[in-house]
Amino acid sequence: MSTTTTTLAAPRGGRRAADGVIRVLVYLSAVVAIVPLVWILVSIVTQGLPAILSASWWTQDLAGTTDRRAGGGALHAIIGTLEIGLVTAVVAVPIAVMGAIFLIEYARGTRWSRIVSFMVDILSGVPSIVAALFIYTLMITLLGLGRSAIAASLALVLLMLPTVLRSTEEMLKLVPDSLREASYALGIPKWKTVVDVVIPTAFSGIATGVILGLARVMGETAPLLILVAYARNLYVSPATSNMGTLPTMINSGRNVAETLPGYERVWGAALTLILLVMGLNLLARGIARASRLKDR
Amino acid sequence: MAKRIDVENLDVYYGSFQAVAGVSLVVEPRTVTAFIGPSGCGKSTVLRTLNRMHEVIPGAYATGKVELDGVDLYGPGVDPVAVRRLIGMVFQRPNPFPSMTIYDNVAAGLRLNGTRNKKELDETVERSLVSANLWNEVKDRLSRAGTSLSGGQQQRLCIARAIAVKPDVLLMDEPCSALDPISTLAVEDLIQELKEQYTVVIVTHNMQQASRVSDRTAFFNLEAQGKPGRLVEIDATETIFSNPAKKATEDYITGRFG
Repeated sequence: MSTTTTTLAAPRGGRRAADGVIRVLVYLSAVVAIVPLVWILVSIVTQGLPAILSASWWTQDLAGTTDRRAGGGALHAIIGTLEIGLVTAVVAVPIAVMGAIFLIEYARGTRWSRIVSFMVDILSGVPSIVAALFIYTLMITLLGLGRSAIAASLALVLLMLPTVLRSTEEMLKLVPDSLREASYALGIPKWKTVVDVVIPTAFSGIATGVILGLARVMGETAPLLILVAYARNLYVSPATSNMGTLPTMINSGRNVAETLPGYERVWGAALTLILLVMGLNLLARGIARASRLKDR
Repeated sequence: MAKRIDVENLDVYYGSFQAVAGVSLVVEPRTVTAFIGPSGCGKSTVLRTLNRMHEVIPGAYATGKVELDGVDLYGPGVDPVAVRRLIGMVFQRPNPFPSMTIYDNVAAGLRLNGTRNKKELDETVERSLVSANLWNEVKDRLSRAGTSLSGGQQQRLCIARAIAVKPDVLLMDEPCSALDPISTLAVEDLIQELKEQYTVVIVTHNMQQASRVSDRTAFFNLEAQGKPGRLVEIDATETIFSNPAKKATEDYITGRFG
C-alpha cells in the first residue's frame, strides 16, 4: 500500500525545485529575447512617427534643407533603396534560380554540385563589408569606374545570391520526383519539365525566398557607404555616383543634435526602412498563403 | 495505334547491381498484359525499361533489345523523349501536376509539346476525360485544381493525361495500389475499355486483379534477395491461373509463397 502512495504522490523536494528553476529560466529567456525587439520597435515608432506622418515625407527630398530646418522628406532615400533593391534583384534572382536548377535538376549528387554548393556556402558567410570591398577593388580600382548605385547593387547581389539560391534549392527539392516522371512519361523534354512543371509547383516558395532575400539586403549599409555617395537630392539614374538610401540617410544624420528637426528625420528614416522590410515580409507570407489555399 | 512490343534478352542494371536478367517476352497489341510476382522480382523495372523511364534514375541502364513494331527503342540515335511520346505511363500514386487545373493537366502533354490550337486542345481534353470515365464528374469544374479531386478521380485524371497524347502503348505501374475498392473497380473497367485502342501493360501485386483485367500474364520471380529477377513464364491469363507450366508459378498463384 505504502509503495502505491509514494509513486503516485506529487513530486517533492529536489525534483520539484529543479522543475521550478528551469521553468523560471525558460520564461525569463523568452522575455529577455522579446524585450529588445519591443523596445526597438516602440522607440522607433514613437520617435519616427511624427516625421513620416507629414505628407512631404513621401513626396519631397532633402534638397535645400539642412538639419536645422524642418520640412523636406525621404523620397530620395525611399526611391534609392527601392531602386538599388530592384537592380540587385534583377541581377541576383536569375543567377540564383538558374544556379539552384543546375544543382537540383541537372547536377544532383555529382562532384560539380558539391563544389558549387561549397562555394555558395562560403559566399553566404562573406560579411557585407568584404563584398563591398571586393566590388570596390574590381570596379573602381581595377576597371577605373567611379562609385555608383550600380556598384552598390552588385555588392548586394553577392549577399542576396546565396540566400536566394539556397531557398530555391530547398523548394526544388520539395517537388516530388513523381511529378518529373509524370512529365517525362508524356514525352515532355527535361528543360520543359523544369520550366513548366517543376518551377510552377515550387513557385510560391521560390517567390517567398526572393522577397525575404530582398528584404534582408535592403537594410544592408556597408556596401552603400563604400560604393555610393549619400545625396540629399533625388537621383534616379542607377549610374549616378550619388544616391540617397534609407540606411545611409540614417547614417548621415547620426550626429545631429536632439533638438534639431534633422534628428526627427533620422528616426523617420529608420521607421520607413522597418515598414518597407516588414511590408516585404508580409507580402512573402501572403504569397505563401494564397498558393496554399489554391491547393485545397 | 496499338503496337506490339518484343523484348529480347533484356538485362537491367542499377549501377553495378543487376536487377533483371535475360527477359524475353512479347506484348501483343490491343491486349492487356499483366506482370505479377513477389516484391523485388523486377516487374516494375522491366515495365520502366519499356519506355526508357528507368534511365531517369542515375546509374541505371539496360542491355538487350526492346522493339516497338520492329523498331529498336535502344538503337543508336533513338531519343528517349520520343519513345515516351509513343509509350505512356501511369504511376502507382496519382500524380496530377499541382500547379495546374484539371483541364491543364489533361492538356499538358499536347501543350508542352507545342500545340496551341484551342479547339484541338478542347477536343482532346474532352475525348480523353470521356475515355477515362471522368468527364461527367468533372465537366463543370475543369478550372479547379487537379489535386482537388479524390484519389480515384486523380488516378483517372492521370490516365486521361496519359492517353491525351495518343500513345501506342500504355504502361501502368500498380495503378490501383493507392485506391479504395470502388475506385479500383472504376479503373479496372477503364482498362477493359482502353485495350480496344491501346496496348496495355499493367504491373500488379493483386492476383485477382491480374486475372480480372488481363489477357496474358507474365510471372516474374527471383531466386534470392540480391539476385536478379527473371521471367518465369508468360502465357494466356487463364492458363497461368489454372494450369501453369512451371511449379514456381503454381506455388505463387496458390499462395504457397510470396
